[in-house]
Formats: sequence, C-alpha cells, structure tokens
Amino acid sequence: MRLCKRPLLCWGGLAVAAVFLLAAGPGLLGAAQNDKSADAAPGRQLARSAVSAPGARWTTSDHSKYEALQKDFTKPEEVTAACLSCHQMAGDQIQHTIHWTWICPDCGDGKSMGKYGKTINNFCIAVPSNEPRCTSCHIGYGWKDKKFDFADKNRIDCLVCHDTTHTYEKFPTKAGYPVTEPTLFPEDGKTYLPPDYKKITAKVGRPDRLNCGACHFYGGGGDGVKHGDLDSSMGMPKKSLDVHMDAEGLNFSCQRCHTTKDHQIAGRLYTSPAAPERISLTEADLASKIACESCHGQKPHKNDAKANDHVDKVACQSCHIPEFARVLPTKMTWDWSTAGQMNAEGKPFKKEGPYGKPVYDSKKGNFTWEKNVEPVYYWFNGAMSNMLVTDKVDPTKIVSVNHPAGSPSDGKSRIMPFKRHTGKQPFDPVNATFVIPHLFGPKDSDAYWASYDWKRAIASGMKYVDLPFSGDVGFVETEYFFPITHMVAPKERVVACGECHSAEGRLKGLPGVYVPGRDVHAGVTMVGWGAVAAAVLAVIAHGVGRMVSSSRRKGQ
Amino acid sequence: MSAQGNGKFYLYTRYERFWHWLQAALIIALAATGFEVHGSFTLFGYKRAVTVHSALGITWLVAFAFFVFWVATTGEWKQYVPTTKKMFEVMRYYGYGIFQGQPHPCPKTPDAKHNPLQRLTYLALAAALLPFMMLTGLLYWLYNDWAALGLGGLSLSAVAVAHLLGAFAILAFLVVHVYMTTTGHTPFAHIKAMCTGWEDAEDGKPEDWEKRMA
Repeated sequence: MRLCKRPLLCWGGLAVAAVFLLAAGPGLLGAAQNDKSADAAPGRQLARSAVSAPGARWTTSDHSKYEALQKDFTKPEEVTAACLSCHQMAGDQIQHTIHWTWICPDCGDGKSMGKYGKTINNFCIAVPSNEPRCTSCHIGYGWKDKKFDFADKNRIDCLVCHDTTHTYEKFPTKAGYPVTEPTLFPEDGKTYLPPDYKKITAKVGRPDRLNCGACHFYGGGGDGVKHGDLDSSMGMPKKSLDVHMDAEGLNFSCQRCHTTKDHQIAGRLYTSPAAPERISLTEADLASKIACESCHGQKPHKNDAKANDHVDKVACQSCHIPEFARVLPTKMTWDWSTAGQMNAEGKPFKKEGPYGKPVYDSKKGNFTWEKNVEPVYYWFNGAMSNMLVTDKVDPTKIVSVNHPAGSPSDGKSRIMPFKRHTGKQPFDPVNATFVIPHLFGPKDSDAYWASYDWKRAIASGMKYVDLPFSGDVGFVETEYFFPITHMVAPKERVVACGECHSAEGRLKGLPGVYVPGRDVHAGVTMVGWGAVAAAVLAVIAHGVGRMVSSSRRKGQ
Repeated sequence: MSAQGNGKFYLYTRYERFWHWLQAALIIALAATGFEVHGSFTLFGYKRAVTVHSALGITWLVAFAFFVFWVATTGEWKQYVPTTKKMFEVMRYYGYGIFQGQPHPCPKTPDAKHNPLQRLTYLALAAALLPFMMLTGLLYWLYNDWAALGLGGLSLSAVAVAHLLGAFAILAFLVVHVYMTTTGHTPFAHIKAMCTGWEDAEDGKPEDWEKRMA
C-alpha cells in the first residue's frame, strides 16, 4: 500500500510540520535547558551552611587570647605595633599598596597618578594642602601634610579595615585619627567616640562591606556623593539593589570580586586596565583582577543565545545595571563658581533641596542630586585616562578631567555604563591649567573655607605643590566619569532591548558599532520608502485610469 | 483543454496554493518584524520582534527548500523560464489595452500559468531577490560567528543595509502584486483562484510555446 496517495499534499504537510517545529524549536530547546543549575550543587550548599552555622569559625586563631593584645592601648599606633608583632609581613605589604601611597605605582612616571599625585577631580578637586580633611579616609594615622612619614609602619591603621565590631571610627578632620574623647563634628551633627581598642582587637577579622564602605561609600565627603553605585545602601543591600551582595541571599563581600593578594586589592582603574585579558576563574583560579565573566563565563545566559551574542561588544554592567543611585541620591553636578555667598548675617550657609540634600553650600557652591540615574555609555578597556593638574585646559568647551579609555576597534573594549558628574571648577586662565585650591585649614588661614578668597586659596594650594599660578582665577566646565559596576539588578529588571535598539535610546551617539534599530541610514531609508511610495502611486494611478475608462465604456 | 473557452478550470494545485499563502504570510510577518527591528515603528517590542523575525527567517529557509524541491521534481520550473514572446503585447495590454477593455493577450492555462512579465518577475523574485534576502538574513543572523566562518572582514552595517534594501524591494513588489490581482475579469477573480484553485476561463488562444512540452 502506498503511504501517500497524494504526494503534493504529503509534501505540503511535511513542510507545515517542519515550519512549526522550527518556529517552536528555540522555545522547546530553551525549556529543556531550563533546569536551575546555579545553586543546585549540593557540595556548595553544604559548604555554605557549614561556615555560616552558629559558632562556625574560618580562622584557627582567637584574637581575644593573644598576649600582645592584652593591654590597655592609649594610642592607635600601639595597636598597630601589636598587630605587626605577629603579622610581620603586613606592614611592608601595606606600604606597597595604593591604599597607603595614594599613588599608582605603575602608572606613567610612577608618582603623578593617584589621589596624592597630580590627578584631580571635579568634587573637592585634590588632596594636597587639604590633607587633614581628606586623609580621614587614609589607612594611616596623622597624614596632615606633605611631611608624613610613609616609612613608619606603626602609622598604619589596621583597625579601619579589620574591625568587625564596627565601633571604630576615624574623625573627619583629624588626618586619619580616631578621637581620644567624645567629640562632636558640627557638619554632620554626630558625636564621635574614642574606640575601645581592647574590645575591638579581640574581634579583628576579615574586612566586610562596612569596613570598605567606611571610605568608599562616602567618597567626596558624604554618603553617595561620588560613585553613585557605592553608598551606604550597599552595606546591607536587598536583592533588588544588588543580586550578589543581597544580605539575605548570596551576601558577597567586596573581596569576593576584588580579590586580594598581599593586601593588594584588585580593581584599580588608573591607566592600567583592570582586566588586561578576559580571564575566567575556571581558567586560572583566583585571577588577581577579575570581572563578571571570571565567574559567569562568556556565555552567561542559559536561555537567551542572542544575549550571549552581545558579550563581545557590551559589558555585562550595561544591561544589568539599569540605573544607579537606586536607594540614595548621588551628586550629579557641582558648581564651585557660586561658592562664597553669605547670608544676611554675613555668615556661610547651606540650603537644603530635594532628598534632604544640600543644593547650596557657601563653602562649595551649588549642587544637584539625582536618584535612579540612567548611566551614559562609552567604549571602555578597563582603564581611565586622567588629566593632571599641569595639563592644558581649553575653557571654551567642557573639559574631561578623566575619561574612559578604549575604542570600538581595539578588540578589548566594550560598551560600559558610567556616571557622568559635571562641574565648574577654578582654573588659571593665564596659564590655562587646572589649579589645586587650599580648601581646608584653620580660621584666618589662606584656606578657602576660612577666608572665602579664591585667589589666596589657590595661591596657597599651588605654592604647596610647587606649581605656577598667575593670580587670575576663572572657572571652567568639567566632566568626570565613574564606571558603574555595582548595584547589579535582578535579571527581571535588566535594560530592555529596545532601550538601546532605538534611535533616541541609551546608545544614541555612541560610535563604532552598528546597532540595529538605532542606526537608520537616512539615504537608504529614503530610497526604500521612495520606491514603495512610487509603487503605491503608480498602482493608484493605474487603478483610477481603469475605473475611469471602464465607466466611460459603459456610458457609451 | 476541456474547460477552455467557458466556465472554470483547475489552475493551482493544493501545494501551490499552500505555498503561495504560506509565503505571503511569512513575507508579511517578516516585513512587519523586520521593519520594527530596523526601527521604523514599535509594534511587538524590540526583543519579540527579533525573536520572531529570526524564527520566521529560519522557517522560511526550510519552506523555500521544499518549494525548490517541488519546482524541480514536478517540472513546474518550466513556468519560470523567461521569454520575450508576447512580452511587448503584455506590456501594451497593461499600458493601454486594459483601459480599452481588450482581452489579456496571454490567457492563463495550466501549462502556462504566468504571462511573460510574470515569468520574469517571479523568476527574479524566486531566483534572485528571495535568495538574496535569505543569504543576507542568514549572514546577519550568524553575525557572532563571522570570525569563526572566516568572514571577519564583513561589515554588519553593509549586511544590514543590503538586507534592508531587499526588504524595500519586496515591499514594492508586494504593492504591485496585490494590485495586479485586481486586473482579472473581476477584481477578485485572481484572488479567488489562488484560494480555490479554480480560475475562470477567458477567451483567447494559447500559442504553442504556452503549452507544456511533452
């Protein structure tokens, strides 16, 4: 018996079947792969519960029982000496880190790049001459001017990173020292207490998010001022804020990604790329510089092949961090040129704006703050190029104090999200260079926050760093960029495809890549629609002609 | 032909009709999703448009393979052999005769379903434009494997523009094609035939070349 009496019909049926199979295929295949494997590894789960069980210990030592710590410390330097009496390598290690020198060791001439080099920003501009205020975030004691002894190991502040009680605090204006008696800091209205060294040293341990956050959440002098993706909301984040650091979920510490070796912490962004090669943890365990793909690999999406196809051009962060500053606001603009206004009593004042944040401060000028900020996007190879205070400034346009390095054609850069902070900051219009103002200092000094005189403050700051200053003060518009890499949102909240694949979308103006949906060749489109329109017009004319001639014929 | 001269005759087989309408549906859906991906409008949402367009594109490849096989094995490819015979008459008919109520110079017969203009158009479509769209579409789809395929020098922009130009050409064809269906002896005669398979017989005598070669 013939299986198929009407061959054409059978072929047709087969075609239909094939068509439906193919159309539905991707979905079916996806479903088959959709078993949750990420957290199904039983060994991993057991290991996790073992170390998080009550009384579980990672370390083999109990610091409360060390003899060296059984004394009443009067000065923090004594604590450090006690630490170093056992941890003999730690002092030398710290002295070779950028956390200690604030200088990037392998950037340029090895002394210009870094907070204490010639790099500047458009927040408080620069550290030199302002040390007592700025170095409250230094991991050392008493860096109040350029005579600081970097070789003195006892000046290293071990506790700011290793205090697990979170009772240890440095005072904002004391060059990295904690207080010796309860002291009120008028600017934040908070009273700082002297640390209980014995209690703290008994419980030292690995740094957690709050230790790192003590400085990195408050960069620029306040919560969330600088980064936008790092603020105090990241201390105990919910999953909606950061899927990795979710305090009730994966609960990653900072070091989970910022791997640390000999106190050298991965993730520095000056000049040298953070990840020179796209290395994977599966290729080299504990790569010293790690990126998302170190854990997730280069095909991270299980059910979305097209999303995987993007990894050659688009950084994970671009889709997975839809907005930054999602809980707390971040500073977006800072205009120094309006600083120095006084109130009716002739005193400096502050004005509060939305979010309860100052929008004017006589010391600093005007600010704006924003929440849920959409990033800007640039090609990024993992390094930031920085202008130095000595570089020439063209005041006729916005000057990029730093800028993401990379290009679409180098094969290593990817499209990365950034916070763009714009500002107006003082410069020297005669020498056409940036300037370092002396901002912080005692009353009746040259400091801007004492005398409110730009000329005096800049002359003092520039003399301090031994750089020329003409005596003229101008203000130049600047921009400053921060890579956005924290605040990774849950996958349900990723940036939708259409937000980049559209003419007015997030990637508007980004060069070097053809983005379907964004890049409309106006000429081609015109020719194309022109041809279609011509066809429409032609058939209309022909049809009308037929109707007219037919009715005429009928009339005859 | 037995039915020649009066009444109806069976012109389009089941597979032909199925293929025609499947092709029509695929092309319209591909155009709708494709132009959304291009950014011309928002209808399904970008992501769905891409997913559907890709799935339809692959579906099209398979369906077209069936068509090629069918055309080759049934001998229907002969319907697409281009000719210049009567070409001028057909052009004259659409440009002039149709307005005078003259009969079509090439009445349809099962042996010659297409007039010379149709032969040329459909040949260009099936042998050039559609394969071109399949090739550029497949390349576009395989974008991430270009380096592995040794096509590293290709520009996505160029492939996208080529694919887009082809889409415009198909769209223009579609406009004219749909209009031409109304040029039968009644406005819906041709569409009805493409649905039922039965075409109304018209006057006129087919020439020898219009008959199937034995």
